[in-house]
Amino acid sequence: MPVSKSTEPQDTLELKDLAFAGVLAWLIPGAGHFYQGRHAKATIFCACILGLFVFGMTLGDGRVVYAQWEPAKYRRWPYLCQVGVGLPSLPALVTSYRGADTFFGTKMYTVPDWNSPGPDMPSELDELHNSLNRRFEMGTVYTMIAGLLNILVIYDAVAGPAYGLSRRRPPDEDDKQAAKKEPTAAEA
Amino acid sequence: MQNDFWYAIPLIVSVSLVYAATRHEEMSLIWRHALRAGTWILGLMSLILAVLFVISNYIV
Repeated sequence: MPVSKSTEPQDTLELKDLAFAGVLAWLIPGAGHFYQGRHAKATIFCACILGLFVFGMTLGDGRVVYAQWEPAKYRRWPYLCQVGVGLPSLPALVTSYRGADTFFGTKMYTVPDWNSPGPDMPSELDELHNSLNRRFEMGTVYTMIAGLLNILVIYDAVAGPAYGLSRRRPPDEDDKQAAKKEPTAAEA
Repeated sequence: MQNDFWYAIPLIVSVSLVYAATRHEEMSLIWRHALRAGTWILGLMSLILAVLFVISNYIV
């Protein structure tokens, strides 16, 4: 079983089935960690990332997560970050691929029409920005950050915690330090 | 009056918690690191806000 070195109280961290845990971590934030038995961290990841995503979707009335590549002028770049959340963002790919106008009877995940129905008439995308105002961008940012955070989570599931540069001194150095201090304490 | 700054709070909390949790396994260390990270982010954003406020009101 793969093992990563740790500088925290436990000497080693055994991670179960790295590839599967990584895929699970992408599909559902926190699921990879639940699979590995790291329940506390799984709860944190699930609550934070899904919370951000749901809040962002709520802010944007469910219209901020959609996948559009063409035309280039209306390419939906934020989706490249939003897809990091996994399953909650994948319906956008499906609706885009199928060219669907609805998603289970709602307009969620659907690509807003950028074509104006007539001269001096706003398109569906314009109406969306007009009605939601700053909430459209705010919802986009929230869902993007949720996706980007999940990339860190996937790394944690596959490779363990990314410990910092500071390290504990090796045990033999600690013993030497203690040995040096003992005679001084005895003398005092 | 609507204040958009409140939208930053859930982001700061979530980013701090997730980042800290990816750096440690022990919960006490996670909470401590998250608090430190969140304080850093809040402080840095406040500093940037102060600088922009001064620029927009007294310089430009």
